[in-house]
Amino acid sequence: MRYLPLTDTDRSAMLAKIGASDIDALFVDVPEEAQLSGPIEGLPMHASEMAVEKHMRRLSKKNLAAADAAFFLGAGAYKHHVPASVDHIIQRGEFLTAYTPYQPEIAQGTLQMLFEFQTQVARLYGCAVANASMYDGSTACWEAVAMASRIARGKKRKVVLSGALHPHYAEVVRTMAKFTDDEIAGAPPSLTAKPDDDGLIARIDGDTSCVVLQYPDILGRLPDIAKIAEAAHEQGALVIAVNTEPVALGAVKSPGEMGADIVIGEGQSIGVGLQFGGPYLGLFAVRDEKHVRMMPGRLCGETVDAEGKRGFVLTLSTREQHIRREKATSNICTNSGLCALAFSVHMTLLGEKGLRQLAMENHRLACIAADRLAKVPGVEVLNEAFFNEFTVLLDGDARQIVRKLTKQDVLAGVSLGRLFPGNDALANGLLVAVTETTTEEDIEILASALEEVLA
Amino acid sequence: MNAPTKTPNASGWKPGTPVEGDNAMGGPDTATGNRALMLEEPLLFEIGHSETTGVDFDFAAKLDLAGVEQPSPPTPAPAGRLGDFERSEPIGLVGLTEPETVRHYTRLSRQNYAIDLGLFPLGSCTMKHNPRLNEKVARMPGFADVHPLQPVDTVRGALEVINELAFWLIHLTGMHGVAMSPKAGAHGELCGILCIRAALEARGDARKVILVPESAHGTNPATAAFAGYEIEDIPANSDGRVDLDALKSRLGPDVAGVMITNPSTLGLFERDLKAISDAVHEAGGFVYCDGANFNAIVGKVRPGDLGVDAMHINLHKTFSTPHGGGGPGSGPVVFSEALSPFAPLPYTSRTKDGVVHLVEEEDADSFSKEHFGGRMRHFGRMTAFHGQMGMFTRALSYILSHGADGLRQVAEDAVLNANYILRSLEDVLDAPFAHSGPCMHEALFSDKGFADGLSTLDLAKGLIDEGYHPMTMYFPLVVHGAMLVEPTETESKAALDQFILALRSVAERAKAGDETLKTAPFYAPRRRLDETQAARKPVLAYKDQSAPAGTPVPSEVGAR
Repeated sequence: MRYLPLTDTDRSAMLAKIGASDIDALFVDVPEEAQLSGPIEGLPMHASEMAVEKHMRRLSKKNLAAADAAFFLGAGAYKHHVPASVDHIIQRGEFLTAYTPYQPEIAQGTLQMLFEFQTQVARLYGCAVANASMYDGSTACWEAVAMASRIARGKKRKVVLSGALHPHYAEVVRTMAKFTDDEIAGAPPSLTAKPDDDGLIARIDGDTSCVVLQYPDILGRLPDIAKIAEAAHEQGALVIAVNTEPVALGAVKSPGEMGADIVIGEGQSIGVGLQFGGPYLGLFAVRDEKHVRMMPGRLCGETVDAEGKRGFVLTLSTREQHIRREKATSNICTNSGLCALAFSVHMTLLGEKGLRQLAMENHRLACIAADRLAKVPGVEVLNEAFFNEFTVLLDGDARQIVRKLTKQDVLAGVSLGRLFPGNDALANGLLVAVTETTTEEDIEILASALEEVLA
Repeated sequence: MNAPTKTPNASGWKPGTPVEGDNAMGGPDTATGNRALMLEEPLLFEIGHSETTGVDFDFAAKLDLAGVEQPSPPTPAPAGRLGDFERSEPIGLVGLTEPETVRHYTRLSRQNYAIDLGLFPLGSCTMKHNPRLNEKVARMPGFADVHPLQPVDTVRGALEVINELAFWLIHLTGMHGVAMSPKAGAHGELCGILCIRAALEARGDARKVILVPESAHGTNPATAAFAGYEIEDIPANSDGRVDLDALKSRLGPDVAGVMITNPSTLGLFERDLKAISDAVHEAGGFVYCDGANFNAIVGKVRPGDLGVDAMHINLHKTFSTPHGGGGPGSGPVVFSEALSPFAPLPYTSRTKDGVVHLVEEEDADSFSKEHFGGRMRHFGRMTAFHGQMGMFTRALSYILSHGADGLRQVAEDAVLNANYILRSLEDVLDAPFAHSGPCMHEALFSDKGFADGLSTLDLAKGLIDEGYHPMTMYFPLVVHGAMLVEPTETESKAALDQFILALRSVAERAKAGDETLKTAPFYAPRRRLDETQAARKPVLAYKDQSAPAGTPVPSEVGAR
């Protein structure tokens, strides 16, 4: 019981102070029939640190770690190098074991970090204001849709989803919309070299509260946000741009500068790591400050203390559940603070120069990979434009091929069959992501493996 | 105030100098604004530079000594494929080298209070020690460096972790099923309420109202509203517990369910929960239990035995995953037999052959037919991927460390510590429900008896000067000037005694009308912060991009 400091002597002395005969006297309000007389049956008793570590290591070893494979998976979660100092800083107890900064006088570390984080995200997205984080990209996406409905005051109920939005994000939106009055207009993605911007625009009408598009999209293509925004704004609809690869924004224009009204995304690429899907980092920003009071989530703002010294506090909390209860803009409370710290530290280490170098290195290697794979018989590269992820069409069922290649420790990518099950038209599609962690040797291994399996 | 002659950073920021004669530390002002180990730190944007970076992108050279060779230049990029979207404008980011980065964040970290520094008695937040084994485990490559969409044969261990934790959660709560994917407590609440709604809709029973007591966390009514329900209050009796008779009289065909926190936010066990559940079930509704306070009863009481249909479990409370300055959390939801079939995707399931399956959209129907006789009819998906894996590994390590016997001891020590605080301070602080019996894991006090003009906020700020994070303030709403103290089980008696000494002293000052409390804290990195100004003129991002060196910023000129 290495985590429990009380000794039996302490316990007796404390019970005496309380005036209780034994510990059961403190559980007197629990109905007798609900009280368990001893440890729950069928569960192991306490264990040493060594034993627990051994057990967990055994489970860990049953997984193929990305670093031990030729690795090309993306689709909303990317393998990037995270500098060692990031993990060191997020393990400082003052960050790791602090709570939400509700007492600002003794939480300036977290608050100043959040203010810096908000600024970094806002600038990256080309927006005026970013919040202090959401759970992840997919939940931030739904929150953005809900926010657009609030701005439309229920007068517009149609939500137009791009077919090339990450299917998990679309599924979260569809699930939540079942319980609100929003009407979700989705569509399957089409396997074209360029995204079907005109098709998306054609689906926007006067009843549309928002249009949701992904940039780069799930197939790695780059939609023309400016063109879509112009059409959407003419209909009085908001544009929600979703970005699942923030590194891309070191190389391409930001969604905000192209006219997206709400920009949300997944921040996992910077500082957080793969972690089998969570915890991740939801990023949420608005281009125009006028929408700030409609935003979900915590916001950190600058102010002064009683001596006039600059300081930071959580602010505009009259939007939030702990003040507004059922009238709040969202039910969110806990966010993704420590992941926001990891993101911010990594982004600080990168800086403008480093992020742009990182982005160009990703793009360079992705271009090399696309050119190499295009030479493999039975492989066709779909994309005209892409950043670090592109779609290839294989001469065969991509899902089966991906499974086959794992036997050689090649994690070839994410098959569209995994992402869009049941859509036979997409079954031959494979999404290939290439980052700075990919070597030219890895690319060669993938190309050779595909050559072999497609022969 | 003199204009600074030399500024510590490009934008000219330096901490404001305290007004003369009001220097709480009693010593002379310093040129830097630092006070020995109390170190000020400018904003990143005031010390960083667009040309500085702490990351090297040298092309790969061979590092092994066999056959040392000069690095060869990288394969040049083929023609770029960014189309018309290549970035032309700067982003506006700044960078620091590694030593500067480590120092910046280390200096910031020292302005935070944390569990590692001392008792953190936030009621309902369960700020217990975060075991470091769990951090180590979460970083094992097989957990930290695994992609969520890897073919399942390459992630069997990860699926087993999810399934093992699910097994523990189900057995510790005496429930039937569990949804592991919700990202935090409030997300879990939403999951539970959506399940209730799905179950009602499946039997063609549209109901409009969710009953929530006034003492509930704000997330409860916000969640129910988000899910499309009207909220109505559940009255409390003089004990502070749910008024069973009043509740019964409100139940009817329009009530979808109740949301009840047990133990409640008043720190009391809801004695009548089983009777409440029976009444709600009889009226065709469901019982949602807010499991934020499960820490008090884990291993002692199973909510499933009390008729609960759904309950979220904050892994970052009961199961010790770190709060991290506001997250990430994790909020798995356990379900009764009636609600389990409606749980969202994805889920894991161990079949008779011992294999743990990951069930997603693709095979949800076929898996349900094959293994559950078609009963599983999920309501959809709440998040991308599979939930907070990094929290699952930590929580499972914690659970295995304590085991069934240790978790029981956790609950007992948490309750013992809270009662010790309650009975050690009830003579000096008003404890409005002390007559209602022993408290559970937290002790509730009010501001009754404070001198005129002094408030709970003042007491809290005084406690900061004593070296403690204050307790939860002004919550629950049903108690005037509420102070909710949750010490948790990871505090020693000596640590409790010192906290009691501090709180007693500050409480006595509040009752005696000690005016200095109104301007506390004196010894924290900041004095009281102006929250009104922050909200009236929100500054939510750094704006002074190009202020020439030496330009005073608002904090220096004291501008309003």
